[in-house]
Amino acid sequence: MVRFLEGDGVFARYLALAVAIATLAAFDDAAAQTPNQPPDTMAARVEACTPCHGNRGEGTSDVYFPRLAGKPAGYLYNQLLAFRSGRRKYPPMNYLLEFLPDPYLEAMAEYFASEHPPLPPSAPSEVSKDVLAHGELLATSGDAGRNIPACVSCHGPGLTGMQPGIPGLLGLRANYISAQLGAWRYGTRTAKSPDCMQLVAGHLTEADVTAVAAWLATRPAPANPAPVPKGTYALPFGCGSQPN
Amino acid sequence: MGSKLSIMLLTLAALTTAAQAQDKDKTSDIIARGEYLARAGDCTACHTAPEGRLFAGGRAMPTPFGTLYTSNITPDPDTGIGKWSADDFYKTMHSGRFPDGGLIYPAMPFASYTKVTRADSDAIFAYLRSIPPVNQKNKPHDLRFPYDNRQLILGWRTLFFREGEFKPDPTKSAEWNRGAYLVEGLGHCSMCHSPINALGGTAQSDAFKGGLIPMQNWYAPSLTSNREAGLGDWSIKDITDLLQTGVSARGVVYGPMAEVVHNSLQYLSDEDTRAMAVYLKGISEPSPPPPASSTLPTTESSLLISLGKTVYDKNCASCHGLQGEGKPPHWPPLANNQSIEMQSAVNPIRMVLNGGYPPGTKGNPMPYGMPPFAGLLSDNEVAAVVSYIRTAWGNRGTPVSAREANELRSAPLN
Ligand code: HEC
Ligand code: HEC
Ligand code: HEC
Ligand code: HEC
Ligand code: HEC
Repeated sequence: MVRFLEGDGVFARYLALAVAIATLAAFDDAAAQTPNQPPDTMAARVEACTPCHGNRGEGTSDVYFPRLAGKPAGYLYNQLLAFRSGRRKYPPMNYLLEFLPDPYLEAMAEYFASEHPPLPPSAPSEVSKDVLAHGELLATSGDAGRNIPACVSCHGPGLTGMQPGIPGLLGLRANYISAQLGAWRYGTRTAKSPDCMQLVAGHLTEADVTAVAAWLATRPAPANPAPVPKGTYALPFGCGSQPN
Repeated sequence: MGSKLSIMLLTLAALTTAAQAQDKDKTSDIIARGEYLARAGDCTACHTAPEGRLFAGGRAMPTPFGTLYTSNITPDPDTGIGKWSADDFYKTMHSGRFPDGGLIYPAMPFASYTKVTRADSDAIFAYLRSIPPVNQKNKPHDLRFPYDNRQLILGWRTLFFREGEFKPDPTKSAEWNRGAYLVEGLGHCSMCHSPINALGGTAQSDAFKGGLIPMQNWYAPSLTSNREAGLGDWSIKDITDLLQTGVSARGVVYGPMAEVVHNSLQYLSDEDTRAMAVYLKGISEPSPPPPASSTLPTTESSLLISLGKTVYDKNCASCHGLQGEGKPPHWPPLANNQSIEMQSAVNPIRMVLNGGYPPGTKGNPMPYGMPPFAGLLSDNEVAAVVSYIRTAWGNRGTPVSAREANELRSAPLN
């Protein structure tokens, strides 16, 4: 156990947190019955988030509101830090998070990471077969001639992401994916330096973005949507959000 | 002889080390006190940029006259205040002037800091000298003509600035006076809690009388009127809870006040918080009966209010209770909550549109939140539910119109 903890600082922190939450959860039943107090649970504490992200982070019908459930906790935490400081911009969220401390944001990230509602059925696509084929090629093989690495080289062969910092790309809608890639291209979304996604998105054209977003949104849910453990494969180049 | 000398020397050496150690203790005491006072003054709210280095400045402050950028107050000799003396620093705090006599914009709250004692100013300065220097040039202000001319500050100073340290009121307790010193001085509470006139000033006689904060569109209520945030009928415990943890049995803080609790008030000692509570309770005055001033015709109001009840029972009652009783302190009560009954309905409308979390504090590290309803309710429904909570359960507010709700949809969120 101790060796386990020494091995990986970040993981140890999440582990400690998970233990704390498990302990808390054990008291939940008792606490939930305290008269005139809201339930002492994370679910009650994140009710401010659920009209947009769904009760368990499964997403809502709004195509720009992303699913949170099951994404790596480290990734979600990085996003919450970026929204809190205003580096990633979405004013309603920037405002909600402004005065919340780090450990609380970690607990929120851990909460949504540990929820596993089913992925939504994949949407039928409105783009042509050729466009989908181009998207598939970029995602699975990239385009070496234009310095575009395959998306799977970082997001995983099953596109389910890797702990602790790389998100899966399934269960997201095309509008959301292309908005995010656009935000990286125009510099309104940035990640910890070196910001590898900025390098990737910088090489994509408008047409590439449409194609890859459309193809990703048509993928069926995999049997096991969980992100793979840290270090399962090596990244083509370094990402600040994915410490070695 | 020789050995005597060496013993003497040794003793001397021991004494100097002891004295030096004592000096060092004293210095580190002063620095610690300075850090505490800098918290009480909330210097970080303005002088640290988001994701920026501590006190390196560069934070944008939008004003009706253009944007000001705060200064680097780290001890860097070239870009910060590394070359300043304690006298220079006191001149800024006390007189609102740069070391060369130049005039400082009143966005730096020297109109309040002028009440700070010389000893406290020196302690803050000692603390600022002890933090890591950051080499970062100040960004020039971006003010419109004619406000870019610092001579205009003279006019503001004549009207609104009374230089002078805090004078204790001998008829009041030491605790009351300590509270007054903190609230009127470092706390610079009157910077927001006063009607702001066109010049961006605060008339002394109007201090603590409440006002709309320009550019931010939040209403900072009067701290003297019990019809607003006057705390006359609050218990001392509810006041100290509010200031220290951000939540209380009577209500919660939000918007700019959440910032104040988050960066500043949560760090104050129990004694100082209590002193502020005693003073705040003391300055509240009985208010004249509310002017009946709804601008809406009666039939329209009663329609709004009955729609409001439907909206409330469906969207709000799960947290705030069918009778507005809430589950205090985390889900605040809305019945008998001054903060929603005030003449200005800006704050409750914005709460419904934007939701919010009270600040995470030592006393309340994982606050409960309220979802934003901007995307879920129409202007009419927002006006209806706000009219309902302002008038139900014996609340004495007035109904609001859909136009007021609509106008606040574009209020800035940060
Ligand atoms: C008003 C709707 C709304 C509310 C309320 C809201 N969010 Fe979001 N959230 C969004 C939108 C829209 C985005 C995507 C923003 C963008 O385009 O970058 C987002 C993005 C996120 C992301 C990044 C997801 C990813 O995959 O990159 C996280 C994490 C998140 N929200 C968590 C929260 C939490 C926790 C709360 C409650 C404290 C919350 N949100 C409240 C709308 C909302
Ligand atoms: C070098 C590694 C790498 C490659 C290659 C890569 N990504 Fe990423 N991607 C990341 C990392 C790391 C993040 C998380 C960034 C952060 O912390 O905000 C990310 C995040 C994303 C997100 C945001 C997800 C969300 O929920 O908001 C999208 C969308 C995305 N990548 C799409 C792609 C696509 C499409 C490709 C292929 C064209 C691709 N990525 C290739 C590393 C990579
Ligand atoms: C409400 C915002 C605000 C707060 C709070 C604030 N300041 Fe300032 N401060 C400013 C602005 C804006 C300026 C620049 C004024 C100008 O250029 O005329 C400034 C300037 C200064 C300067 C002059 C430095 C220089 O070289 O320009 C010093 C010193 C200073 N502040 C110290 C402090 C200290 C100490 C505190 C806390 C006790 C504090 N300030 C709190 C806004 C603030
Ligand atoms: C940056 C502007 C700002 C400053 C500085 C500020 N306030 Fe406030 N305050 C507000 C606003 C806006 C509100 C209304 C929102 C709310 O009720 O939380 C408010 C509300 C309050 C309330 C009422 C809370 C309730 O629930 O009824 C009290 C009491 C209060 N402030 C005390 C203080 C004291 C004491 C200080 C100085 C230490 C201070 N404020 C400094 C902006 C400010
Ligand atoms: C999930 C629980 C929840 C729901 C649902 C909810 N609120 Fe709130 N409400 C809160 C919390 C928590 C706060 C404190 C927020 C803060 O400090 O930023 C709050 C604060 C408020 C305030 C400010 C109270 C004060 O003390 O000044 C008003 C007004 C308010 N809510 C009205 C409403 C209305 C109207 C609705 C329905 C349209 C609603 N709320 C729905 C939890 C909720």
